[in-house]
Amino acid sequence: MALLTFKGGVHPPENKELSAKAPIREAAPPKQAVIPLSQHIGAPCNCVVEVGQEVKKGQLIGEPTAFVSAPVHSSVSGKVVEITQIPNAMGRLVQAVVIDNDGKEEWAPLQDNPDYMNLSPEELKEKIKNAGIVGMGGATFPTHVKLSPPKEKPIDVVIINGAECEPYLTADHRLMVENPEQVIEGLKILMKILGVSKGYVGIENNKPDAIEKMTEAASKEPNIEVKALQVKYPQGAEKMLIKAIIDREVPAGGLPMDVGVVVQNVGTAVAIFEACRYGKPLIERIVTVTGRGVKEPGNLKARIGTPIRQLIDECGGFVDNPKKVILGGPMMGFAQFSLDVPVTKGTSGVLVLSETEYVSSEKYGPCIRCGRCIEACPMGLMPLMLSILSEKGFYEDTREYNIMDCFECGSCTYVCPSKRPIVHHIRLAKSLIKR
Amino acid sequence: MAVTNRDQELVVTVSPHVRSDESTAKIMWTVTLSLLPAFAMSVYYFGPRAVYVTALSILGCLFSEWLVQKMAGREITLSDGSAFLTGLLLGMNMPSSVPFYIPLVSAFVAVAITKQLFGGLGYNIFNPALIGRAFALITWPRAMTTWFTPTAAFVAMDAKTTATPLGILKEEGMHKLLEVFGDKMTLYYQLLIGHRAGSLGETSVIAILIGAAFLLYKRYISLHIPLSFLATVAVLTWVFGGKEGLFTGDPIVHLLSGGLMLGAFYMATDYVTCPSVKTGQIIFGIGCGALTALIRLKAGYPEGVMFAILLMNCFTPLIDRNLKTKVFGARKEAAK
Repeated sequence: MALLTFKGGVHPPENKELSAKAPIREAAPPKQAVIPLSQHIGAPCNCVVEVGQEVKKGQLIGEPTAFVSAPVHSSVSGKVVEITQIPNAMGRLVQAVVIDNDGKEEWAPLQDNPDYMNLSPEELKEKIKNAGIVGMGGATFPTHVKLSPPKEKPIDVVIINGAECEPYLTADHRLMVENPEQVIEGLKILMKILGVSKGYVGIENNKPDAIEKMTEAASKEPNIEVKALQVKYPQGAEKMLIKAIIDREVPAGGLPMDVGVVVQNVGTAVAIFEACRYGKPLIERIVTVTGRGVKEPGNLKARIGTPIRQLIDECGGFVDNPKKVILGGPMMGFAQFSLDVPVTKGTSGVLVLSETEYVSSEKYGPCIRCGRCIEACPMGLMPLMLSILSEKGFYEDTREYNIMDCFECGSCTYVCPSKRPIVHHIRLAKSLIKR
Repeated sequence: MAVTNRDQELVVTVSPHVRSDESTAKIMWTVTLSLLPAFAMSVYYFGPRAVYVTALSILGCLFSEWLVQKMAGREITLSDGSAFLTGLLLGMNMPSSVPFYIPLVSAFVAVAITKQLFGGLGYNIFNPALIGRAFALITWPRAMTTWFTPTAAFVAMDAKTTATPLGILKEEGMHKLLEVFGDKMTLYYQLLIGHRAGSLGETSVIAILIGAAFLLYKRYISLHIPLSFLATVAVLTWVFGGKEGLFTGDPIVHLLSGGLMLGAFYMATDYVTCPSVKTGQIIFGIGCGALTALIRLKAGYPEGVMFAILLMNCFTPLIDRNLKTKVFGARKEAAK
């Protein structure tokens, strides 16, 4: 059977072999956890602890202030020593709670539910909401919001996103290989909440072991299908995934729910299972620590609030001097200026680029209108025009070229022979345009 | 908290952090490389003069690029291969008989005026090599239409001159062309291998097609423009090209003659001056083909490829503006 895919896209070197075979291992709990109160899209949380207060593992430390928000919990047991402002992965200042780990690993009381599949959809959704679960693929949209579509948008399909199309990253891959049943359980919970009878798992074809394990885990579920996808970036973008698997096109400016679909990441599915089954809040996640700038690339289960410096040390430290440290993948991740930045709910990877992998983007030439960016754009946009107009300061004119449909996947910039920072130009125009 | 301490050695930039190994210079030099078969054939047929004319043209282009960039205080970009390629194409678009100053002056017009004075690479409206050639043709009409017989290799000084196949076709008709070349199959064969009078690099269709196939394989060009261009010329010359009424023209002669192959694969596909969207490229190709046929059949010049492409260059921005891509998930503007 032909592999499913979408139109456009690029094939950056995958580099997944660095960490694809490394089993998930537990990272040491941080001696001091730095937990931002805004790790999601939406309203930041209100701090509900004070300096000097003792907290337990899994205890609520930040409560949501709006519907589109997600609570934050302590990932260690210990004492709150500071409530401060830190720069997050994007360099914006956010409030964070600093907790000294007492090493006792004492949990706050959790509610065990062996019979979780018999809970009502509302009860399950409440558990997901209280566990502070957000989209763990990187977008960090609060999951309970996605599970509350308005009545006029009926949902009939749930898709678990196991594409993991970003080069280097293997966190979702390992999760599917090692915990396929939990991914399927998470999907079943999602289907129950949304009253949906059809579930899919989409996996890029470069992960045959994951496809095999997931297919096996889903074999007892007649309503769940595992689909192999062509290896092409950005196959894991929601809209591209939906197009590939069920051939529905999310309308421009719209959301997956407009075509009756909810997409959740593999890691999110496992977090959903753990929240519903064990009442466990989202206080840890799988992080791929990789790149040729780190000695022993691997996949670590790390507590939220662990400084990335510690994860790099646990992977053998740097090889020589690293050129760039990126949170996330190389296509959409964020370069860091400090290694003290903590792991958050959306941290899928810590990528350390060595001298040999580093590409300077300082110099770029004029657009030669070759059209490669047009071919690469999964959204059917004309990135060259967006770039040229933005560069010249004609920000308003970029609307004519549908700038708001760009989700900044970076495919255009990847292929540009003039090395133009197209995505940067687009971001600039987006931020300066009158809404 | 020491979170804000900058770790000195780390580079911070926006995403994406990886880039493909494609570059403007790589594209230009690859296209140059793909022209080698056609250039080799020009040397084979026209002798040392082919090297002489082409070298002058390339040197002229490189010097012009350097001069204007130096005077304008811009970065010198000779190594990107763009000026070299323009020079090569310009040289290949000249007869072997031209005196030394024609390639030099034309090169200046091509690179200094048409490209650099319009803003440099990426900003020119017209194909630089074609403007250079158009300038030469208008300024030195006789020199630019004096064609040495291709067999004159290595004895170019006292070479015989002759007319191009399109010239014969225009002035005297198909019967004369067959008289000169023998039968139809010989005519087609000679045109295919390039054993005929014409501009240096345009004559050998087969050599041009080898280079073009390489570019297609490398995906440096696509078939949208060449195919629509060639198909339009074929249809129009077949329908209107015959002396005995409609549908009596010989499209094969038209396809294999003049600068059509070089123009369709190498000039009309110039990234900067052709539309960027595929649908627009098809329109562009059809326009080039229609204008070529119009000039060849009804205007004063025997050949029209150059003017056709230059005229269509004018329409490129308009085409790009009106034929945009289809945005993913674009709502149909349904009349309610």
